[in-house]
Amino acid sequence: MSAPTLPLERSTATTEDTSSPVIVFEDVALAFAENDVLRGVSFRLNRGETKALFGVAGSGKSLLLKLVLGLVRPDSGRILVLGEDVTQMREEDLFKLRDKIGMVFQESALFDSLTVRENVAYRLTEEHGIYDDDIDRRVREVLRFVELEHTLDLDPAELSGGMRRRVAIARALITQPELLLYDSPTGGLDPVTSNTIVELIVKQRDVYKTSALLVTHRLQDGFTMATHQFDQKTNRMVPLPPGQHCEVPMSFLILRDGKVIFDGDLNALAHSQDEYIREYIS
Amino acid sequence: MELTSPTDLAKDRVQTVQDYVLFCGQAIANFFRKPLYFSDMVRQADSIGVGSLPIVVLTGFFTGAVLALQASNTLERFGSITLVGQLVSTSMVRELGPVLTSLMVAGRNSSGMASELGSMVVTEQIDAMRALGTDPMKKLVTPRLAATVFMMFFLTIISDLVGLTGGLFIAKVLLRLDARQYWFNAWETLVFQDVFMGLLKPVLFGFIIATIGCFYGMNARGGTQGVGRATTQAVVAASVLILAGDLFLTRFLMAVLSFN
Repeated sequence: MSAPTLPLERSTATTEDTSSPVIVFEDVALAFAENDVLRGVSFRLNRGETKALFGVAGSGKSLLLKLVLGLVRPDSGRILVLGEDVTQMREEDLFKLRDKIGMVFQESALFDSLTVRENVAYRLTEEHGIYDDDIDRRVREVLRFVELEHTLDLDPAELSGGMRRRVAIARALITQPELLLYDSPTGGLDPVTSNTIVELIVKQRDVYKTSALLVTHRLQDGFTMATHQFDQKTNRMVPLPPGQHCEVPMSFLILRDGKVIFDGDLNALAHSQDEYIREYIS
Repeated sequence: MELTSPTDLAKDRVQTVQDYVLFCGQAIANFFRKPLYFSDMVRQADSIGVGSLPIVVLTGFFTGAVLALQASNTLERFGSITLVGQLVSTSMVRELGPVLTSLMVAGRNSSGMASELGSMVVTEQIDAMRALGTDPMKKLVTPRLAATVFMMFFLTIISDLVGLTGGLFIAKVLLRLDARQYWFNAWETLVFQDVFMGLLKPVLFGFIIATIGCFYGMNARGGTQGVGRATTQAVVAASVLILAGDLFLTRFLMAVLSFN
């Protein structure tokens, strides 16, 4: 599939210099009742990099994304997002930080009382108070990017699972955020639709250089992202020649029992001697 | 099934009350913080107020009618059947109008708020709203609170009026009383204290209906089953609080307004 371009200019000024990490987790721990979900998680996401998070169900992958957004507070440790410590911020200040972050939820989380147009425009109408021509133009552009311009006036209930996921991506992209968080964007979708979404993510990484943290159960999605790049000439995702896989800003992180057991690129993952990891990727 | 100890149960209840008080405080404080979401308030006022009108009218009419019917039986024994209007008027304006309207609106709207917000919680729409930079308390709770309190005031006035009309229907058709005499008695018997009490109660009850519905909705957990549980709890809690609140508020106002 060839994805159309997204002719939007980045609306948010870059917060930090390009060398600073976008996300830093320092010894983050979180427990619910007697259950230790995260036990000293530390990692960093560099600017422009996409990091795929793997782990068995219940290992705290989605929770990590909510911690980044400040939707959940850790019991201990520090989380820096775009240079700000979200563990110490008040909710009012977090709303300002969240303006620079786009999130695609696991089940899309589209507002079912709003149309596709209103869902995608939500953040802009909240900022401006009304739905004007400029917002309409940007909504159409971003929906064209995910190839769903024809769904403008439909309700989320009228869309298929894959379409809902793409609308959720459009909603996250409309303000061209500095950081994107994807929670299982391809979960439960057919291979063709999954590939379309992976291509959108790769395009966002390679063309717009947006940093992203991606939770997924599908190893093949991570491998596709690490072995492909977006070709702007042909406007499609193309495989990288063998030996150049480490040239794309793509890394992997694996969680097990609330701890990070792997954090590195495709090459390091493929050559890992850890039995669990070898079994996981086999 | 594991049994909960009485201490844990008591702690749990105290915790819920504490959370509810904080929730109410936050909902009220949001009236003084921007943005105010005025259009959402109007939309909710339409849904809660206009949407509840049919049940409020029906409840009011039949309550007034049955009140006249029951009163006539007793009043006839003392040869005071002409005082039906007086009795219906006082009962409707002081007590039955506000309480029954509130119970009807609670049944319709506390459950609606709890299920709507609960569904949004379990489908991560509330998290999505926060992720998109909107405070769900400001966007969802405060407009519902403002709309319910505002509309309950007018719904109660309508209910009182329709209740009196129901009483008139019985007085005229079954008791063969003079309509003008009925209205004269009904109007003349009302004093400032009656009207003040009758219009203050729906404001408090509107607050209970909205905050309880939203509180249980926003705290719904555990998928569709949790939403169902939150809906039931919201209706039960709102109804009980309205009736208990009515007792205490009536006693308080009787003392403050120096009722004879």
